[in-house]
Amino acid sequence: MSSTVLFDVPGPRARIRYRAYAVVGVVAIAALLAYVVWRFVDTGQFEGRKWSWFEYKQIQISLVEALGRTLSAFAVGAVLALLFGAVFAAARLSDHKWVSTPAAVVVELFRAIPLVIMMFFFYYGLPSTGIKLTAFTSVVLSLMLYNGSVLAEVFRAGINSLPKGQSEAAYALGMRKTQVMVLVLLPQALRAMLPTIISQLVVLLKDTALGFLITFEELLYWGRQIGGQLQFGRPLIPTMIVVASIYIGLCLLLTWFANYLEKRNRRNKKVIHLDEDKAKQIQLGEASTAAPAGGAAL
Amino acid sequence: MGVLTRNLDLFVNHFANTLKLFAVSGIASLLLGIFLAMLRVSPVPVFRGVGTLYVTVVRNTPLTLVFVFFVFAYPYLEIIKFEFFTAAVVALTLYTSAFVCEVVRSGINTVPIGQAEASRALGLTFTQMLGSIVLPQALRSVVPPMVSTFIALLKNTTVAAGFSVREAGAIRDALSELGEDTLTGMLWVAAIFVLLVMPLTYLQRVLEKRWSVAR
Repeated sequence: MSSTVLFDVPGPRARIRYRAYAVVGVVAIAALLAYVVWRFVDTGQFEGRKWSWFEYKQIQISLVEALGRTLSAFAVGAVLALLFGAVFAAARLSDHKWVSTPAAVVVELFRAIPLVIMMFFFYYGLPSTGIKLTAFTSVVLSLMLYNGSVLAEVFRAGINSLPKGQSEAAYALGMRKTQVMVLVLLPQALRAMLPTIISQLVVLLKDTALGFLITFEELLYWGRQIGGQLQFGRPLIPTMIVVASIYIGLCLLLTWFANYLEKRNRRNKKVIHLDEDKAKQIQLGEASTAAPAGGAAL
Repeated sequence: MGVLTRNLDLFVNHFANTLKLFAVSGIASLLLGIFLAMLRVSPVPVFRGVGTLYVTVVRNTPLTLVFVFFVFAYPYLEIIKFEFFTAAVVALTLYTSAFVCEVVRSGINTVPIGQAEASRALGLTFTQMLGSIVLPQALRSVVPPMVSTFIALLKNTTVAAGFSVREAGAIRDALSELGEDTLTGMLWVAAIFVLLVMPLTYLQRVLEKRWSVAR
């Protein structure tokens, strides 16, 4: 009960009242669920025919292939975004104005442009200049630019939030700028930022589904295609249930991994505990889809 | 420049729709999100469980999937018919409210327990405590991330372009039908989005600086 500030420990009367609320709540939720299930049954969503597609080997293989395309877009996008983020974070932290200002402009710009517009630009816009990109490349490039910019800000916030004494001590030992960054600041910042970085990767995974809009044949696209087939009675709802469970499962797996890392960090004495709020804000702001790494959320 | 000036009507119409979509689903998700946050901080475990389940499921589902469900799959359930615009509002609201909920909830949790205990010790009622002690403090840590959530919502409205809503994301489609240069057109769309987002980002930074509570 100590999870919130609002309520005192309940006394006997409050406990009875809470129990009554709980009963009302359960009834209301059960009624809502019953209605939804009734709609599903009434429109025949649980009929064998609408699920029979699952038995065809070809469809099973196509599901695996679609999942593979989603995951490969995720993997390539994640690697590129991390690289992009690292390069631009380094550029923004540079002491030279002519390096840091353009980097700042690029990062701010790509965080403000919607991902969908970027994908449309690469896939539909560029061919008129003679550059033809595949749907996969367009998705990966957009994911790199957008998530890379967000990650650049996360990295930068991570390094900036380290205690000043760390870099001062390193300089006092006679290290050069690159040495200070690579040997002292980065290892500490990365460790502290790891959960935040991973939850940004959850966002990236979810954003691969935007490829649907430019006909990238990923998981969601697959669901829509199989779901429209007449011979199975247009099983769009069954396929959507399957696709949604896969996405949720994958994201929860990543979130769980982020939480696990965070817990391990907490035990680890080597990690400097920072105020992560700043990095989370960046993430929240630009993606909003980010599950704050704190784990408090889930 | 020509693409923009020749099709000014088109741009204005589509961006007006974007803003309408943003406003309607913004208000709706604010209301639903606050309601969900109430569930999540309530003393009744069942309510907390429901709130947590909703937030967990929705936050781990891609927005595009929510759209596909409401535009293409939902009609099969034969409940109420939605127009495309309404379906887009529903999808955006259900999705964004989960994030609004988390912002509000973590805002309330930043208020130290001692504040509530002290107000109870002074004999304030629940409403008094909420209205004059907890909420004013929570608000300061809620507003800046809330602005961020709304920036994300503004950008997420473009997903509706793939689902027959005539908003900013659909400008490309309309331009290519007119035989205009879509490349330049989309650069304009991107530029306008940057112009729309920048003031919000600025507002968020100012609020964050001014309202940060030293604890």
